[in-house]
Amino acid sequence: MAEENRIFDVEIITPDRVFFTGKATMIEFNTTVGEIGVYKNHIPLTTVLAPGVVTITMDEGKKTAAVHAGFAEILPEKVTLLAEIAEWPDEIDAKRAEAALERAKERLAVKTKDIDLARAELALRKALVRMEVKK
Amino acid sequence: MASMRDIKRRKGSIQSTQQITKAMKLVSTVKLQKARARAEETNPYFNYMYRTVSSMLSRSGNINHPYLTGGQSGKKAIVVITSNRGLAGGYNSNIVKLITGSDFEKEDVAIYAIGRKGLEGLEHRGYEIKMDASEVIEAPTYADASAICRQMLEQYAVGEIGEIYLAYTHFKNTVVHEPKLMKLLPVEMGESKEEEASNVLMNYEPTEEEALDLIIPKYVTSLFYGALVEAVASENGARMQAMDSATSNAEDMISDLTLKYNRARQGSITQELTEIIAGANAIS
Repeated sequence: MAEENRIFDVEIITPDRVFFTGKATMIEFNTTVGEIGVYKNHIPLTTVLAPGVVTITMDEGKKTAAVHAGFAEILPEKVTLLAEIAEWPDEIDAKRAEAALERAKERLAVKTKDIDLARAELALRKALVRMEVKK
Repeated sequence: MASMRDIKRRKGSIQSTQQITKAMKLVSTVKLQKARARAEETNPYFNYMYRTVSSMLSRSGNINHPYLTGGQSGKKAIVVITSNRGLAGGYNSNIVKLITGSDFEKEDVAIYAIGRKGLEGLEHRGYEIKMDASEVIEAPTYADASAICRQMLEQYAVGEIGEIYLAYTHFKNTVVHEPKLMKLLPVEMGESKEEEASNVLMNYEPTEEEALDLIIPKYVTSLFYGALVEAVASENGARMQAMDSATSNAEDMISDLTLKYNRARQGSITQELTEIIAGANAIS
């Protein structure tokens, strides 16, 4: 019976599709103020997502995905992630991510004054997240 | 009565036009199906976003945030979504009429054009065109929408524009598309919220203001993206209808001309006969 009670609904929605819907026992993701893990009966919380890995723990096992930007609404019975971009590991092009990583590193290393530092950093983080999920 | 050769030539030209309109109809039918599927996929995200933001605002009471109170500037930005190509019936002119017919002062309005037809129509009527991003409508992506929104929000933040509107064609179903003017910023939520979900006390992380700061731009972007996708579906729907009626009009004209042609042929045969008989009579 404890098994039944741990389960809650998870929905991940992106502008282009409904990325994931299902039941989970735990979900972990990265927010702008740090990583959080959510079980059932969490207090209601709205929080902003940062590029990171989402791990959905279900009875059948774990699922991971890369999520960049968006926000999450956590209710006791349901967690909804509104993500601008979400990708499963098999959708990620490792070569492209690697190339992006190199490019971002280069840009940050050169540090010419006309570059957008925040953007380069964001690109770097996105690339890192993609590669982590791919592994 | 026109000569047989003239009628035949005219019929041929209508026939070839009909073939073109038929082909265009088929093309836009296929495109419409694709665009419609996309619009439907976008819907859940948009609906959820709307629900979240409106429940957020209904509970957050009187937050004094520029996104909610409006800018100081009297300038109104209107994002006008039309198509790059014509032959879509009233699709483009309806949007242009929507703006010229609205009660905005021409001087207060800055147009952010997406789609060349709308841009040309409004430029011709003397509106100020602030930005042209017509290539976006060919294949709208979320990244495009977010880039344009970022640009506008920056101008909103520095006070260059005080209000942002969106003019697009709402895709109700395959045959009904209505031009719509929607206010994006400052955010206005209808007060009639029955929302039973808002009973729960929501917490925000980081603070509510910061969360609003981050979520409102996403909300605006999602509205904008939703409008783009819907506009593409409407455009193809409108073109399909226009081409369908053009094809059937051509059909009517062809059958009319066929009748005329047959009459002319019969007329000429009768005339020849009469001439022969008259000639034979004259000889005998």
